[in-house]
Amino acid sequence: MKVLTLNFLTCAVKACKTTNNSFPLHPKDAELVHDEIEINRDLLVNVLPRIDWTALRTTSTELGFPTLPEQPPTAEDLQQDEKMLKELHALLLETQMMEGKLVCGHCGHEYAVREGIANFLLPSHLV
Amino acid sequence: MEYLIRFSQSYETFRLPEIQALAVLEGIDLKVVSYSLESPFCIVKLPSQDAAKRLIRRSILVQTVHELWGLGATLEAVHADVRERTSHLWDQYLTCSFKFTIDSYQGTRSGERKIDIINSFAYLGFAGPIKMRNPDQEFILFEDWPLNSTPLGIPDPKFYFLGRYLGTGARDLPKKLDLKKRRYISTTSMDAELALVTANIALAAPGKLMYDPFVGTGSFPIACAEFGALSFGSDIDGRSIRGDEKKKTLKANFEQYNLLGRLGGVFTADLTNSPIRRLPLGGDNGDNNDSGVKGRLFDGIVCDPPYGVREGLRVLGVRDPEKCPWVIPKGKEMYKLPDFIPPRKPYSFLAMLDDILQFSARTLVDNGRLSFWMPTANDQDQEMPVPTHPYLEIVAVCTQAFNKWSRRLITYRRIPNAQVDPGAVEKAKEAQETGKLLGKTADELNPFRKAYFTRFESPPTNTPDNEPVQ
Ligand SMILES: C[S@@+](CC[C@H](N)C(=O)[O-])C[C@H]1O[C@@H](n2cnc3c(N)ncnc32)[C@H](O)[C@@H]1O
Ligand SMILES: [Zn+2]
Repeated sequence: MKVLTLNFLTCAVKACKTTNNSFPLHPKDAELVHDEIEINRDLLVNVLPRIDWTALRTTSTELGFPTLPEQPPTAEDLQQDEKMLKELHALLLETQMMEGKLVCGHCGHEYAVREGIANFLLPSHLV
Repeated sequence: MEYLIRFSQSYETFRLPEIQALAVLEGIDLKVVSYSLESPFCIVKLPSQDAAKRLIRRSILVQTVHELWGLGATLEAVHADVRERTSHLWDQYLTCSFKFTIDSYQGTRSGERKIDIINSFAYLGFAGPIKMRNPDQEFILFEDWPLNSTPLGIPDPKFYFLGRYLGTGARDLPKKLDLKKRRYISTTSMDAELALVTANIALAAPGKLMYDPFVGTGSFPIACAEFGALSFGSDIDGRSIRGDEKKKTLKANFEQYNLLGRLGGVFTADLTNSPIRRLPLGGDNGDNNDSGVKGRLFDGIVCDPPYGVREGLRVLGVRDPEKCPWVIPKGKEMYKLPDFIPPRKPYSFLAMLDDILQFSARTLVDNGRLSFWMPTANDQDQEMPVPTHPYLEIVAVCTQAFNKWSRRLITYRRIPNAQVDPGAVEKAKEAQETGKLLGKTADELNPFRKAYFTRFESPPTNTPDNEPVQ
């Protein structure tokens, strides 16, 4: 599961959807792998406006990556700033979470990640 | 200029939606001049021959595209039309190498007769060398014969088209993704050809994000990734993603086709309890999510939802908590164990369709597409209506017919918020309310399932085991 995906996922518990701290989920005991992939600038430009930057900054720090700038780059930045492009590409698309847990900051529910697949199935008292 | 598209004569109702989608994708102004479901020949207007090549290069249902040089019901008419349309072009082809052939659809010609016909085009004045392999230019006279013309002894075709060859569709892709050679498949894996057509109609393309909430073995994400998109998927059944054996997983399929870089992420989830972040529609649907999370995520959603015919459709939850009071406390106690399997309850197919539409309206970007498959009876009064949503406009309904039932691929476009009709939103809300009052919600049994169990011995499944009707 690419780090980009973590930016799309929140706690599946309905009661958590209305709170701020259920997103992003917090990686715990995360095992990461890095696979080299060809850079696709168009993809990053397309993805940029869909990213919750604040959440990405949190995730990036929690996974041990250098702190991201406070403001997201603009599409123009991505066209010109090769270094920024590469860093984002490495974080969002080349880095994957293979094992560990994703923890909700609101209800504390832990979603297990195994073989790169997170499990969001909930027991009956939570649906 | 006009161009001749030579379709394959199969999946007829999918053909126009596919090229219309490709026209949107390539930003090409496409006008269909003549088209019929009964014929593989279609005439279109396009801005240039380059546009014609781009239009069809990733089409699964187009065989070839040609610059149209003439057409007619008789050879005389064709000659007159060719003179009229192309006299001014002939000079350009005086010296190039070329090949001139006849392609008879549903008919045959003797070799001699073919040569006679080809020679009747001598006035074109091509003086270059004839090359059967890799000629500079290829001219093809297409003949459209009536069905069974050979046994019936019909002497002449119904219609002729003369075209200059420009390009070929992506007929090789279905072979590349053929299920027979795929590492990991299940009984409900979608046929490669139809998965690719679906990906085309849903506008999968490089730089786009596509999602399948019923991912199974990954047929749709694979097709989307093959067209360059970044693919995501989820399924309520973790085993279907993970497979049973080491080399038989969804991921192994992406690996097999060298598409791993385009697998964004797969996870286990129930669509009715999805962890995908999304904002409420219009901000007042009672779900006041104000978490500062902005934006919709996907360019396209493609899926083949469970029909729930053989085993019944299920979602997370307990049907009758009073009847089995131990289930919930037990779950509370056990759910953290790694192999805990959460309970599921039956769910209505129609409710699931509504959920898919609602989810898509909330997560698709403007003009993003939802394409999903659903079954229907061939019988008019049993036919299932096409589901509607005020934020989604129906773009195409394609039908694949089997003996007793059909399945449809229904495609919608996400209407930008500003263009959504407030009246339609109101109506949908009311319909939902009355639906609730009538008990037409999640717990109602699948009407389709009922109909089929009472009427037919073999119910439709996501894998058609009966042969398509030709
Ligand atoms: C027809 S299959 C899709 C097959 C898939 N297109 C493929 O190529 O393998 C339907 C899938 O939906 C899954 N499913 C059933 N109920 C679900 C639910 N409530 N939420 C998410 N997935 C569900 C099933 O586990 C099954 O894998
Ligand atoms: Zn939570």
